[in-house]
Order: sequence, then structure tokens, then C-alpha cells
Amino acid sequence: MRSICLNFQVHQPYRLRTYRFFDMGESHYYYDDFLNRTIIRRIADKSYIPANKLFLDLIKKYDPSFRISFSLSGLAIEQMERYCPDAMDSFVKLSKTNAVEFLAETYSHSLASLRDKEEFISQVEKHARTIERIFGKRPVTFRNSELIYSDLIGETVSEMGYQTMLTEGAKHVLGWKSPNFLYCNAINPKLKLLLKNFQLSDDIAFRFARKDWAEWPLTTEKFGRWLNALDDKQEVVNIFIDYPALGERQGPETGIFEFIKALPATVLKHTSFDFRTPSEVSEQLQPISAVHVPFPISWADEERDVTAWLGNELQKEAVAKLYDLAPLVRQCQDASIQRDWGYLQASDHFYYMSTKWFSDGEVHKFFNPYSSPYEAFINYMNVLSDFIIRVENQAGQSLHPPIKTVVPEIKAPLPKKVVKRVKKTELNAKTGVKTPVKAVSVKKKGK
Amino acid sequence: MRVLMFGWEFPPHITGGLGTACFGLTKGLLKQGVEVLFVVPKAFGDESQEAVHIINASDVEVFFGNETLTKEITENLSYIEVGSNLIPYAGFDEYLELVKRQQTSLITETRPAYSRYFEFSGKYGHNLFEEVNNYAIVASRLAEVNSFDIIHAHDWLTYPAGIMAKHFSGKPLVVHMHATEFDRSGENVNGIVYDIEKRGMEEADRVITVSHLTRNIVIERYGINPDKVFTVHNAVEPVDRPGSGMYHKNVKEKVVTFLGRITFQKGPEYFVEAAYKILEKDPDVRFVMAGTGDLMNKMVHRIAQLGIATKFHFTGFLKGDDVDKMFALSDVYVMPSISEPFGISPLEAMRSSVPVVISKQSGVSEILNHAIKVDFWDIDAMADAIWGILHYDALSSMFRKEGKAEVEKLKWENAARKVFEVYQSIELNQSVI
Repeated sequence: MRSICLNFQVHQPYRLRTYRFFDMGESHYYYDDFLNRTIIRRIADKSYIPANKLFLDLIKKYDPSFRISFSLSGLAIEQMERYCPDAMDSFVKLSKTNAVEFLAETYSHSLASLRDKEEFISQVEKHARTIERIFGKRPVTFRNSELIYSDLIGETVSEMGYQTMLTEGAKHVLGWKSPNFLYCNAINPKLKLLLKNFQLSDDIAFRFARKDWAEWPLTTEKFGRWLNALDDKQEVVNIFIDYPALGERQGPETGIFEFIKALPATVLKHTSFDFRTPSEVSEQLQPISAVHVPFPISWADEERDVTAWLGNELQKEAVAKLYDLAPLVRQCQDASIQRDWGYLQASDHFYYMSTKWFSDGEVHKFFNPYSSPYEAFINYMNVLSDFIIRVENQAGQSLHPPIKTVVPEIKAPLPKKVVKRVKKTELNAKTGVKTPVKAVSVKKKGK
Repeated sequence: MRVLMFGWEFPPHITGGLGTACFGLTKGLLKQGVEVLFVVPKAFGDESQEAVHIINASDVEVFFGNETLTKEITENLSYIEVGSNLIPYAGFDEYLELVKRQQTSLITETRPAYSRYFEFSGKYGHNLFEEVNNYAIVASRLAEVNSFDIIHAHDWLTYPAGIMAKHFSGKPLVVHMHATEFDRSGENVNGIVYDIEKRGMEEADRVITVSHLTRNIVIERYGINPDKVFTVHNAVEPVDRPGSGMYHKNVKEKVVTFLGRITFQKGPEYFVEAAYKILEKDPDVRFVMAGTGDLMNKMVHRIAQLGIATKFHFTGFLKGDDVDKMFALSDVYVMPSISEPFGISPLEAMRSSVPVVISKQSGVSEILNHAIKVDFWDIDAMADAIWGILHYDALSSMFRKEGKAEVEKLKWENAARKVFEVYQSIELNQSVI
């Protein structure tokens, strides 16, 4: 029996409110509650809830041949619990069927795997605990934010005890190889890899509703024929989709729900495939070879690399400044600092700063609250600047009460970059006190 | 193809962006194989003739006693013989100079009886309407003696000339809107100028606007048929001034610059208010307002009132090298215009590697990616954008690099190609009829 492995990514960030530089030191609330609530409510109503209901029916109808899997980010779970508990309930209901696997990922849907191993591990652990709390089962399969993967990330994931990981079947990595087999990590062969079949996945996720596509309209019969056309030896077809593609990005009028509804019947009847969860596939099959991925890949854009988040100077700067802070944040006990630290790491903030959409990329504009990457950068950096001041104050206070005499002591073990910034922002913090300009300049003259 | 083009100024004798735009456009047209006869009211003899043949309207002898001419003059020009102090582009200093000069030298007839020459100042003085009128009379003569395929008139000053030339030659007319009366005067439009603009566009076979913003105004406020209105965005000449890199900053603070006429249209008060917001948080910034205009005294007053006079500076009107120097000293260039049909100066700033913050109410914002765009009234957003560029090094370095690259891709050659296509569209239509 050959298998189709369905996985859906469910993630929503906490989008930032318009945060001006003069808010720094005045307000420490960074999020646009109204926007976040509106967006998650809309997606829940258009996608999560109706799609979950559909899958619940399909699972009951075709049990045990129809299985699916989800990756829910911690931030999406939080927002659902806060703004649309009915959507959360529908996921819980699905979990009760035992036909659905919930995967592990980074709690904040972050880029930590690319920048800070310690932070990466702690976020994955936090997420695993959350999944266990809600669904009663600790995840055994890992799917990184946006399918980001490299040999080293795979090694870390394997160290954390996960047996299977999902990633992109990127052409530049696979070459002539097919994604329709089980592979393993190049450093630690114990970690098995499921590679996304981007052709068939994107046919459903992106091209389904496009009338200018040569294959439009896509029917389950046609899809079944494509599956049958695959070489007999190919064992697994990995279809990984961003969940809002069902119902939100492609509305019900496109017929996407009817397609999904009819898919199991056609596949089970006319092809040699059934539907399995990632951990089931990983158990059934033997890896045929290792894949070498020295440079990180992802499922984004044509390039399938990480330039959607780390492509330009703005993105690199923002990410660098954020992760410079990691050692200090670990010294902070404050719950609001820990919360903001997580929220600010969501990969979406850096995605909004991408300049790639100047040339193309409707996808980049999707749910983007900013009209330009520059605005996104300025707003994020304003927030981050305030956050840095808070972290430094906290870290200083919590370790050694008087800040000024203490900061030099923290400096020693930190990398040089951080020390520099500590000095600068301290100065800003000083002048940042709200005093009329006249008074400030007079004071300076006096000095 | 041969074009009879009417302008009001040509480099190096320019007071605003119009002459520069005409120069760039004619150079680009030459590359399309278009020959341009460029008419100016007054030629000084040192105009660049590399791309055009300059015709000096002051040298044209006009013969009266011709019935058609008399008829056309009464029909088309009588209504513009009104004196006015309207000065669309002149700076304040220049205005004083003009008034002085015009008090001493009025238009003189050099030859009475049946033929005469007109003398033009080619400026924007108080006898502007008279000059516009006379320019049109000269145009009728030029239309008779020259052979050409298309007439192209830049801004309302030359529209009567364009119309006359069209009537005398029967050739199609293209009028080019570099600015509308609404941009210059807000809602208090000068009725005479509005009428000339409207008449010119109605008579024209094609209207070219410098932005979609202007195109919308032309369609909505002047009621022009959208089918004949085409947008051709301006471009900027590549910089080749030697020594523009030799200037160094003389102050340690970051410098934020406003450069332009200090008039209602340019929104200087929003710049002042944004400056105050930034200085409240960070006293280590200097703001410069370069230019003159009728709102200058009000701005000085406001700055004193806010108590930021030691951080906010006025330079007066800047020219040539001083503009380059100002850009070299600047860390951010701000254009908070309330209504800007195009706005070429941000492009000049970007060409000098200065990051720019521009208002969304400018035509130039339609073509720029690597600029921060804010609503002119949104002082918070403007202050925040300036702050961001001053404080986040990655942002300013990216702007310097990408902005320069972006501007260098805007070529007059491309703008001229679009103008050429507009010319061609007339010929195509006519051949069908």
C-alpha cells in the first residue's frame, strides 16, 4: 500500500500595532488586538471550522484509511483560545478520533532554528508541552516553521528525540531524486524525512482556483490519474498545505471543499494509495537514502530558501538585534517579557520586511498589515527598541539591584556586539525621559 | 517626426522643474528620432542646443492685417488680457527683482504699422498674461512658416500658443500638464488660469499628465475625456556634476532637510511639527528648511514658539552647487507636499544617496518603492519615519543603496518613448478617420 501524507499548517502571528518612537518608554503594549481578533475570527469561520468539520466527517466515513496531520503554532493556539474557542474545540474534536496527528514545532513559529539553538530547543519543548496539554499526547514528529530545514537543524531535532521531520522537497536539493520516498538526515540517519511534493501540494494550495491554469478545473478524477501515473516504486506523496488555502485563500465558491470531500473516495477506489499520518508513514517505510542540505531550505517562494525572511539588510538587522538579546532574556523572570519575547520572534514580522514583493509575490502581501517593507521594519524596530530597554532594566535589576554599577559586570561574558548596544540604549533611555526639548538642551549646555 | 514644442523656459535659465523636465524630455525624444523645434519666449543664446533647435519668440516678426489672425486673436485671446500678480514658480527674492525690472522696462514695439516684434521677459512677472497672449500671436506666425507634424505645449502658459498654432497649421495638439491650478493654489483657483488650462485640454488631441494623481484631477476637476489623457511620469538626469562628493558634514548631529518653496502647496508646517516631535525625544538632530516663500515668516515664528530655534535652520533659496552641498550634508530628505503633481526633488536627493520621506499626495510616490510614503497630514507617521532612518542604520544604508539604484533606472529615454507612443496614437487614430 502506498500512502498520501496530508499535513496542514495552522499559524497566525500577533501582528503589531502602529508603535511610534515616542511610545518608547511610555507604553509597552505592542499588539493590534482588533486586527488580530478580526483576522483569526475570519479565518476560523471561513477555513478552520468548516474544514475541520469536513475532515471529521471524512475520517468517520473512511476509517481507518483516512488520516491527516496538523501543525498548530503556539501563537495560533493562544489566539484561538482567546478569540475563537469554537475553532479550538473543533481541533480537539478531531484529536479524539485518533486519526489525526498533531506535530511539534516552534511555539512562536520562529526562526530560532536558524539563529539560536538553545532558544530553538526551549521553544520546541514549550510547544510540545502545549500540544500535550490540549490533545493529551506528546508529539513525536517535528515540522519546523515554514518547513525550514538543514542538516544541522535536523541533527538538533533528532537530539530532542523526534524520529521524523517534515520539510520541502526542494528541487535544488533533490536534483534527479523524487520526493516520493522516505529519506533520512545526513548527519544522524535515525531522523527520517518526509519531503513535500511541491507540484501536487501547490496544485491544491495555489493553483486550484486559478482559471488561467492549464489544468483548471482540477477534479479528483484528474488528481487520481496523476497519482496513478507515478512510478510504482514511489511510496509516499506528501501534501503539505497552509490551512487557510482551504476556504480562506480559496473560498468555498472555488469548489475546494467539494474537491476535498470527494478526494478520499476517488483515491481509495481508483488508486493504490491510502491516507496516513507522518509517524505512520515513517514507521511503515525504510529510508532509501540521506539528503544533504548544507544550506537551509524552506517552502517559500520559487527559491525555496530562507531569503523570504532573511533576504535583505533590514531583515538581517532586525533578526540579529532580536537574537542578540537571547542571553539577557534568559535572565529575566518577568512573565510579560517572556511573552513578548516569544511574540516578537514570529517569522511573519520578518516576512513583512521582504523586498521581494517589489518584483513579484502576491503571497507576500497576504495578510500583510504594512504597505511597505520599510514601514514594517521601522515599526518592528521601534517595538524592539522598547523591548530591549525593558529587558536590560529587568536583567540588571533581577541580578543586581542598582543598574548602573551592574551593567559592566554583565558585559564581560557577553559577545562584544551586545556590550556596545547596552551602552547606546542606556543613553537613549536617559534622554528618552519625557522632558521638554528646551529643558534638555539647556541641561546639556550646563554640562 | 518633427515637433513644434512650446515651453516657457529652458536650461540654464530656469526657475523651477518645468525647464529641467522639458530638457530631459527633448533629449529623450531625439533618441526616438524625433526632431524638436523648441520655442521659448526669450532665448539667451546659451541654451543647450544638443537636442533641440531653439526658437526665440522675441525674434519672430509677426505680420498683422491678416484676417484670420485678427479673427483668431479676438476669438481666442481677448479674455486673457488681464493684468495679474500671479507668479507660479518664482521665489520671493526673484519676485522682488522682477517687479523692479518690470517697472523700468515695459514691452516696447520695435516696429509699428503692419508688422512687429514682441519682446518677452520669459519670466513670471505681473504682465504674465500679456506675455502669454503675445506668445500665442507669435505662435501663429511660427505655425505658418515651419513644417512639423505635431504641436506639443508645456503647461498653461503655452496653451494659447498651442491652440493658435493648431488653428493655423491644422496639426494635432498635445498639451502637457506639469501642474494644475489646483496644485498651485489649493481651492482658491485663479479662474483665468483654470479657463486657459481647460480650454487647452479641450482643444488638445491628447493630454499628457505627469502622474495618475494629476490625471485624476484633469478628469474630475476639468471634465476632460479620460480616453485622451495619458500619464507619463517624469525622470531625472543622471548626475555628472564633478565634485559633488567633496562636501563634508560640518556638524556632528544628523541633518534632516526640507528643500523647496516654503508655500502652502509644499506643506512646510507639517515638517516643523514633525521636527518638534523628534526633538522632544532626541535633541541630537538638526533640521534645515532650504528655500523661500510666502510662509517663511510664519515658519520662523512657529519655530520660535516651539523653542527649537537652535536646532532648526533656514538657508534661504539654494541654487546649483549649494543644492548638491545641502544633499551631501543631509541624512534624510523630507517632502511633505500637500499636492505635488510630480515632485522631482526627491529623485535628486535619492540620486545623491539621501533617503527620502515623501507624501502620498505626490505623483512621484506612484513610481518609487524605496522611499517611505506618508500622508502629509500624518505628523506622527512622518516623525516616526524620519526617526527610523536616523536611528536604524540598516534602514538608512539600504535606502542609500536601493534608492540610488532605483532612481538610476528612471530614464528620460523611457519617458520620451511613452510620449512618442502618445504622438503615434494620434496618427493612428487620424488615419482611421
